[in-house]
Amino acid sequence: MLSVQDLHASVDGKEILKGLSLEVPAGEVHAIMGPNGAGKSTLSYVLTGRQGYEVTQGSATLDGEDLLALEPNERAAKGVFLSFQYPLEIPGVPALTFIRTALNAQKKARGEPEVSAPEFLKLARAKAAELRIDFDMLKRALNVGFSGGEKKRMEILQMAMLSPRFLILDETDSGLDIDALRIVADGVNALRSPDRAMLVITHYQRLLDYIKPDRVHVLSAGRIVASGGPELALELEREGYDKYARAAA
Amino acid sequence: MSVASAIRIRDAAELPGKRDEDWRWTDLRGLIREVPPASAPTGAVGAGPFDALADEVVVVANGEGAAHVSVEPHGKRIVALRIVSRGDGSHAARVSIDVEADAKLRLLESYEGQGGYLSQTQLVFSLGAGAQVERIVLASDDAEGVTVSQAEVQLAAGAEFGQTVVTAGARRQRIETTVHHPGGHAALRLDGVYLLADKRHADLTTVVTHEGLDGVTGQLTKGVVRDQARGVFQGRIVVAEGADRTDARMGHHALILSDRAEVDAKPELEIYADDVSCAHGNTVGRLDEDALFYARQRGIPEPEARAILTEAFVGEVVDRIWFEGARDVVRAWVAARLGG
Repeated sequence: MLSVQDLHASVDGKEILKGLSLEVPAGEVHAIMGPNGAGKSTLSYVLTGRQGYEVTQGSATLDGEDLLALEPNERAAKGVFLSFQYPLEIPGVPALTFIRTALNAQKKARGEPEVSAPEFLKLARAKAAELRIDFDMLKRALNVGFSGGEKKRMEILQMAMLSPRFLILDETDSGLDIDALRIVADGVNALRSPDRAMLVITHYQRLLDYIKPDRVHVLSAGRIVASGGPELALELEREGYDKYARAAA
Repeated sequence: MSVASAIRIRDAAELPGKRDEDWRWTDLRGLIREVPPASAPTGAVGAGPFDALADEVVVVANGEGAAHVSVEPHGKRIVALRIVSRGDGSHAARVSIDVEADAKLRLLESYEGQGGYLSQTQLVFSLGAGAQVERIVLASDDAEGVTVSQAEVQLAAGAEFGQTVVTAGARRQRIETTVHHPGGHAALRLDGVYLLADKRHADLTTVVTHEGLDGVTGQLTKGVVRDQARGVFQGRIVVAEGADRTDARMGHHALILSDRAEVDAKPELEIYADDVSCAHGNTVGRLDEDALFYARQRGIPEPEARAILTEAFVGEVVDRIWFEGARDVVRAWVAARLGG
């Protein structure tokens, strides 16, 4: 599924990713953990094509296709979805309108027929109920005036409706209380399937109690410095990142 | 010295220009060396944008036509007022609008221009106690046209006046509204939208004078300028001595979508009363790049994402239009201009 080789990337001329390599096969959930400033968010933005993140070396492919050559919306149409750490507010655009526009744009790019309005609303109602989002909230401008937890749930709702193949969750647990965390994790876990893969980026181990990873990678100073099974997350929780920060330096 | 007299006596020296403080961003004197000859009659003018919504369509073409709209006490009317300009001449018109006590008028005004004309329209509104007027102005002038619209509004106690000006500009265009606000729980909405491309210019100027207790004014203008276009917003709210408990809010926000486009804004609050609640906000900026990336990450291509965000920006003003039929016409007009 996702294959990243020797990826170097800079922001404002400063190198943040320094030779990052990572393989996430279909059907698996991988966690990326690391201290602040390790390059976690940079990795998510480089994979999704945000402006200002310049790749200077290396490659990133999804099922063999060069992601880095594609526009952000083309990557989305290929199935790459990023759940933002800080979801943006979109004043004046009702959530339903936004999601429907996105879904139909993706379908158009893939040469699939658009969803009809009744079909779309039925899907939205079902997914909102699963995530315990009041349907009326979807008629309001996307994320405007929503709490941190509501915004995160709205990200998962969009994820569920857009049905991506490769999911990146950037600090999805931040701002969530334990009940909201459980709802969000249920939503994410419902999307686990043999033809999807996920990259869960998190600072704390807590989220991984709810979204169980197959592999855990430690990102420090722009590179993966250790990889292991779920037990690695527990070790990090116990002992902190110090050991790896030193190893990277 | 006025645009109307410059046209009447065909003397360009009468035109306002840079040296007039209120006209410094809309210099007509420097633009027009010679006032063009009087416009000839237009002949047939086709259909207007609001015809289907109106009880009555009033046409003023190249300065000629009906000059009076009135609504009797407790009456209700929906009138489309079409100010049509054709050709390269100059013309001026005066229209008076009397809305008597407790009467209701929806005035759907359109500026429809073709040619390199110089046009001035004077509108005089008089509202009786408890009257309600909604004035929608949809200005589709020619890129070569020069047009000035000047409205003078006299409110009465308990009256309500809602206005939304929507314009795509012209070679040079000024849409000016002066309101005498007596307080007495009269309420005023004074909104505007300008969407300017190429070398077009639009100037939305408003002056509101609160003269008595308990007046309310809400003002929201939004603009989108691209290419080498230039938008001007001048909003002045004066709260006279003794006009206590006035509640006045003014907002002007513009998006500049190219390096060569320009927006000049002058919001002014002049307050001579003690107990008032007044606020103004003014921002000029670019489309939010973060929001744009967010939309693209969800799969929306860049041009479409820009159009959606821009339309939403302006939509806040359009949503404030009371008359649903007019709101739909305006929304479609805006979408057509931003969709490309």
